[in-house]
Amino acid sequence: MAKLTIADLKKIKEQYHQGLREGGFRAKITVHMGTCGIAAGARAIMNTVMDELAKTGLKDVAITTSGCAGLCSQEPMATIELTGEPPVKYIALTEEKMRKIFAEHVKGGKPVKEYALVAGHETTY
Amino acid sequence: MEDISLHILDIAENSVRAEARLIEIVLAREPGSDLLRIEVNDDGRGMDAATLAKARDPFFTTKHKRTGLGIPLLSQAAEQAGGSLTIDSNPGRGTRVTVLFGWAHLDRPPVGDMAATVLTLIAGHPDRDYIYEEREGEHSFRIDTREIKNDLEGMPISEPAVLSAIRDLLKQNIRIRE
Repeated sequence: MAKLTIADLKKIKEQYHQGLREGGFRAKITVHMGTCGIAAGARAIMNTVMDELAKTGLKDVAITTSGCAGLCSQEPMATIELTGEPPVKYIALTEEKMRKIFAEHVKGGKPVKEYALVAGHETTY
Repeated sequence: MEDISLHILDIAENSVRAEARLIEIVLAREPGSDLLRIEVNDDGRGMDAATLAKARDPFFTTKHKRTGLGIPLLSQAAEQAGGSLTIDSNPGRGTRVTVLFGWAHLDRPPVGDMAATVLTLIAGHPDRDYIYEEREGEHSFRIDTREIKNDLEGMPISEPAVLSAIRDLLKQNIRIRE
């Protein structure tokens, strides 16, 4: 089986233990990965999130995927949840929009209203 | 779907929703034949005969929505390229989806970016395990996240540096792309 090399793992493990996080996650990013989302480009959005996470080195952000949210025509979509804040659903995403959302909402704490459909279950931007 | 790797991501996401703990994806160009063989095997909750009989119906889904297009779309893509899709499933014993594509068929979609598909699965559901295997002539490549997790000694596989290393490993070794 192809393996990560000992040198790779040793370096990664050292860096991980140096920057060990405290407590849980501050932010959660859910990329909607139903058939509709995948066909519309959700995998590229997920890869953009992974790139941004690697670039910024943030240690308190969890990423996951979910199924169809029932708004197929608005895919690709992602939901951003910050601790203590209502979740914000973003629609019709591109890689560029996702990078802006990552910088301003995930990192900066301020939702990008022009790309958002809804916050929580009631407020519509 | 633009390519086969996106179909595979969709089918593997079904496995995740079916509570599979281990999902195995195999791509093989069988020697002496013009076929690309794809298998997605999981140990999820499986389907009974009645559910299985409806799995190709685009207006059947087990989820809370109106359509279930993943399997019908892949089945149609395979048949248009001289291939087929079969599903074997038993309740409590998992599901195996086997897809054949005519490799040289004009209507076969490109395989696409399997590295991105495998990485998306690992990053999106790091609590599950995945095997990706491909075989083409003398070339073979296999990655098993259970072995990687064992080597990581408790560090999460979803750590960005680990995902980057896995991405490099996949990109260096995956050859079935065209």
